[in-house]
Amino acid sequence: MSATKASRIGEELWKTRIDKVNAELVTLTYGTIVAQLCQDYDSNYQEVNKQLDKMGYNIGMRLIEDFLAKSGVGRCSNFRETADMIAKVGFKIFLNISPTVTNWTSDNNQFSLVFDENPLADFVELPDDGRAQDELWFSNILCGVLRGALEMVQMQVDAHFVSDVLRGDDATEMRVSLVRYIEDEMPPEEE
Amino acid sequence: MAHPPRHSAMLSLSNSGSSANSDKQQPPQQIQHIANTGLRVPSNRKTIYDRHLNRSRNAEISRSSFAFLFGEMVTYAQRRVTGIQDLEKRLNEQGYPMGLRLLDLLYYRTITSSTSSSLASSSTSTAPPNRPLRILPLLHLIHGPLWRLLFNRPADALEHSVSPDTPNEYMITDNDPLVNAYVSVPKEMHMLNCAAFVAGIIEGVCDGCGFEAKVTAHNQPTELWPGRTIFLVRFGESVMEREKVLERAGIK
Repeated sequence: MSATKASRIGEELWKTRIDKVNAELVTLTYGTIVAQLCQDYDSNYQEVNKQLDKMGYNIGMRLIEDFLAKSGVGRCSNFRETADMIAKVGFKIFLNISPTVTNWTSDNNQFSLVFDENPLADFVELPDDGRAQDELWFSNILCGVLRGALEMVQMQVDAHFVSDVLRGDDATEMRVSLVRYIEDEMPPEEE
Repeated sequence: MAHPPRHSAMLSLSNSGSSANSDKQQPPQQIQHIANTGLRVPSNRKTIYDRHLNRSRNAEISRSSFAFLFGEMVTYAQRRVTGIQDLEKRLNEQGYPMGLRLLDLLYYRTITSSTSSSLASSSTSTAPPNRPLRILPLLHLIHGPLWRLLFNRPADALEHSVSPDTPNEYMITDNDPLVNAYVSVPKEMHMLNCAAFVAGIIEGVCDGCGFEAKVTAHNQPTELWPGRTIFLVRFGESVMEREKVLERAGIK
């Protein structure tokens, strides 16, 4: 499936099949979650990143079902197709954005998602404590979501941010690498 | 001063305010202050200061995204508390700062919309937006604009306690709170109402306006509305005293 076709599917689903809420409600709620974590972990930002990733992972594991039910799409034939599906359908129907898929490695196992828009980070300025801009990945929950969701469809991936406009970078970029396809493992008694 | 891009961004901001007042709302010192923080900013100016505050006003996101986030938030909070009351308190505390911020956003938006409408329709004033001084206007602000900002509809009812012992108690009803739509509460916790988060938001708005209050969320199911929730707003002693003074002074 081509990227343009994926975009069309995403657009169509967003318009017709998705119940919506005010974006600011989500933005601000996410903000309170991160703020709470920073407070609970005493501004240990590495730990905050980890917790956000964990929350995302929990969400991803459940979100994939919602994704499949709403989109009705089938299995992707390769990782490049998976990337388009994530960017143009997944992000579209959950956050109403379509990050750009780019910077593929030659083995087609690693790509970047570049976010022009990021509703999670609207209204956000990181604490001016000399550390947050070097240590906190504000939107790290998204990495966990990808990891959890893809694991449920037999792909083990690594996802992490490499830059963020909140840190003063010019773009917000997430790097996604395929670690392996997880083989179905039959329980022994059903052999 | 030597930041031409910022300057142009501020210009576009005040242009859209379409009123002479907007220059006053953006004093130059503020710009200076922003430039002085130690934070790095992207060279392409993708900062909160360069984006219009109303940009996301009508933006939408999937309802499931909210449900997932909120669910995760409650689960996380639950791991760190000992009981229902504790959990509700925590959710309340998490909503509180959000209320303070929403209040700013609400003011800002009533400024821009009310100045343009008052310019068009009435000659009476270029008066600043009405910051509520009395309890009722405050509650209307919550019942209407705040609810619409958060949930795209007004709340379902606003009532004053009928008991003479508790004249400081008001109730805001939501027949079907969005935040509870995807939360299933286990039987042994049936007292729990996760809309405590929204109660915290309301409390933040009240406090931010200078109306000290405690707000709690309570289940009040009816046959038609099994998720009906009452937000009980209890104003503090000082607020009630001031209310009397203002009433005598004839201030609305």
